[in-house]
Amino acid sequence: MASVEYRAKSMLLTELVSGMALTLKYFFRPKVTINYPYEKGPISPRFRGEHALRRYPNGEERCIACKLCEAICPAQAITIEAEPRDDGSRRTTRYDIDMTKCIYCGFCQEACPVDAIVEGPNFEFATETREELFYNKDKLLANGDRWEVEISRNLTADAPYR
Amino acid sequence: MPKLTVDGVEVEVPPGSTVLQACEAAGAEVPRFCFHDRLSVAGNCRMCLVEMEKAPKPVASCAFPAGDGMVIHTKSEVARKAQKGTMEFLLINHPLDCPICDQGGECDLQDQAMGYGYHSTRYDENKRAVTDKYMGPLVKTIMTRCIHCTRCVRFSTEIAGVTDMGMLNRGEDAEITTYLEKALDSELSANVIDLCPVGALTSKPYAFVARPWELKKTETVDVMDAVGSNIRVDARGAEVLRVLPRLHEDVNEEWISDKTRYACDGLKRQRLDRPYVRRDGKLQPASWPEAFAAVAGAMKGLKGDQMAAIAGDTVDAEAMYSLKRLMGEFGSTNLDCRQDGAKIGGPRAGYLFNTTIAGIEDADAILLIGTNPRWEGSLVNARIRKRWMQGPVSIGLIGAPVDLTYDYEHLGAGPKTLSEIADGSHAFAKVLKAAKRPMLIVGMGALAREDGAAVLAAARRIADDSGMLIAAAKDDDGNEIAAWNGFNVLHTAASRVAGLDLGFVPGADGRDVAGIVEGASSGAVKLVYLLGADEVDSDFGDAFVVYQGHHGDNGAHGADVILPGAAYTEKDGLYVNTEGRVQMGVAATFPPGEAREDWKILRALSEAVGKTLPFTTLEDVRAAMRKDHPSFAAIDTIEAAAWGEFGVAGATDDAPFAYPVDNFYMTDPISRASKTMAECTEAFVLPKREAAATGTNG
Repeated sequence: MASVEYRAKSMLLTELVSGMALTLKYFFRPKVTINYPYEKGPISPRFRGEHALRRYPNGEERCIACKLCEAICPAQAITIEAEPRDDGSRRTTRYDIDMTKCIYCGFCQEACPVDAIVEGPNFEFATETREELFYNKDKLLANGDRWEVEISRNLTADAPYR
Repeated sequence: MPKLTVDGVEVEVPPGSTVLQACEAAGAEVPRFCFHDRLSVAGNCRMCLVEMEKAPKPVASCAFPAGDGMVIHTKSEVARKAQKGTMEFLLINHPLDCPICDQGGECDLQDQAMGYGYHSTRYDENKRAVTDKYMGPLVKTIMTRCIHCTRCVRFSTEIAGVTDMGMLNRGEDAEITTYLEKALDSELSANVIDLCPVGALTSKPYAFVARPWELKKTETVDVMDAVGSNIRVDARGAEVLRVLPRLHEDVNEEWISDKTRYACDGLKRQRLDRPYVRRDGKLQPASWPEAFAAVAGAMKGLKGDQMAAIAGDTVDAEAMYSLKRLMGEFGSTNLDCRQDGAKIGGPRAGYLFNTTIAGIEDADAILLIGTNPRWEGSLVNARIRKRWMQGPVSIGLIGAPVDLTYDYEHLGAGPKTLSEIADGSHAFAKVLKAAKRPMLIVGMGALAREDGAAVLAAARRIADDSGMLIAAAKDDDGNEIAAWNGFNVLHTAASRVAGLDLGFVPGADGRDVAGIVEGASSGAVKLVYLLGADEVDSDFGDAFVVYQGHHGDNGAHGADVILPGAAYTEKDGLYVNTEGRVQMGVAATFPPGEAREDWKILRALSEAVGKTLPFTTLEDVRAAMRKDHPSFAAIDTIEAAAWGEFGVAGATDDAPFAYPVDNFYMTDPISRASKTMAECTEAFVLPKREAAATGTNG
């Protein structure tokens, strides 16, 4: 009996037809793929992408060198050195993140008491050399300046859930 | 002996104990801020409230004397509520700035707020703010954080002996202040930083530098003076960031001097990190083999008596022992560890602080001879002050009058007064004779002079005549009388006692420091080996000078070959303090660049000159040293030294005693290279010198 059914299926090409039918069904459905570099999918406000150091609206850097991010970083990717600035306030002289060590867990932004270090929405920071992924304070502050609008929008969006 | 019950545990405490001590004895933890074991009881933070049965309200356990039959609850509803309430009040005006506070991570308030506080505040009003005060180059103040425990005030008045700090106003206006915006003029001032339970007083040179969790902590001993304070060196990577005291009841209790604490930034500057050889009249960088070849070339063909070695003030015992062995291989006996030319040596009792530092507390008459203990051994001075605070004690000083933080009788300026006491004609001789436990302290100011041996003999005579040597015995009631030796030498150099114990002194026909300098200029001594010796001011004529040390200081400038060694935080080594206590130093970091541990350099050099020393590991060196000098076998113990003959009775000249330390903050290559110590010199020493020179005050 089984062999009769098998032979009937192979003679009538039912599997091929059902396969083609599925293809035809998807042909008329909306597309899920996007044309990546020109089109991008939506990302969550909690997305943990490239790091940035933020500033206050008056231009003062937020980071106060408390070193909590350095302490919590499970990959030990952050290195901070600090000393009193000329006006006596506590500031970093060095704030380095080794992006090749970073595991993008987001603990640093959780630990930060002043929302200075954040993981922004940017995920397109591939580089040609390894050295370019050793971020220093200037690079991080530049990131902050560049992404500030998106970052603050994301923080506001996420604030009610914190 | 009152017997009381704490949390259901019955304890018996000595009479006069407080409830807090009883709770501790019972193993119950009671939070506290103002209470400190070594300070008087203030009872003003109210954090230690506990419930006592039959009392109408919670009692402050730190100030409440323990009584028989008391029943205490430290964790009951009432006690917890009282503690939580107190914590809430303390936090009302304490700013929430832990992230920028240097105390963060090692803060009593932070820890206890976790244990005894509410999780959030109910206080909505503005917090108060207090202006910061100036307290000198060492202590940084953020007075808004102050919780008015007054530990700093009590420390400075009771232990440091300066009344520069106090609390003004009351209630919400209370402020800790230095009154006149004046630097805290004490060599123990920075201890208030450790005492402060919050971040109100923090370390200025260490401001914002590191967090406690980043540091590697190494327990070692200090070499800035001969007290041998126990310290903890905190390092991050290759950098020593701070030095903190470590508890040792018999030496430094829990204090250290400001030099011990802050000279560590000198370890980063002026360092010798590679060998140098003088070529064409200039010191030029060289490799180790080149440097050794240069030394070997200079040593070639020299007889033992043409070589000499001087050991410096901060050298470890192993290095001195290795150098002594190496010089011994050449048959040289021109060795000296007494750079200042102090006339000491002979039996151990003749150069030790025999009474021991803790023993000062039992003395009832103290004679200071040519010593300013405040600058030569700050913690010895703190002990004398502690003794003075406890009850009547007669203290006499021979030397220039100085502020010692306690009352003393100024007996005279020089050896003349000393001879008067020695022959019994001076009034203070009777005081010493009448005392039950008299002691005298001879300083280097009295011994490092031409007539030093005669001064030593006179001091010995005073000790003999006024009954400063008491053998252990039993009194009529059968009670033990402890042995007592009231003869003390207060050294200024951390390596001095070890050097004398090792016999790093001229052998038969050997030359001492003066002899070496004289021999070098006359041409009799052709090679001088300076092991960290920076205080010998003279140049050595045409002699070939080898300098082994860690800083480019006096010794290195005139050297022909420089062998870079390790500083005290960079090597394992044994040090003997002025009491004769052998203590172990432990390396916290590695020596910079090509510098090496000192005994290793001497071992390698011995091979290069063809007189290989028979040890290859530090343990070998120590074993050999212990074999030759058994006193190095026991770490951190003191054995009473046998009394003997020392000093040479003779005429003394009339010149007054001059104190060996003219600037407390700069006494050795490390502190001279330190920026903080330079700031302290500017703040504390120079103004006084200027005032003394012009005759004006302030």
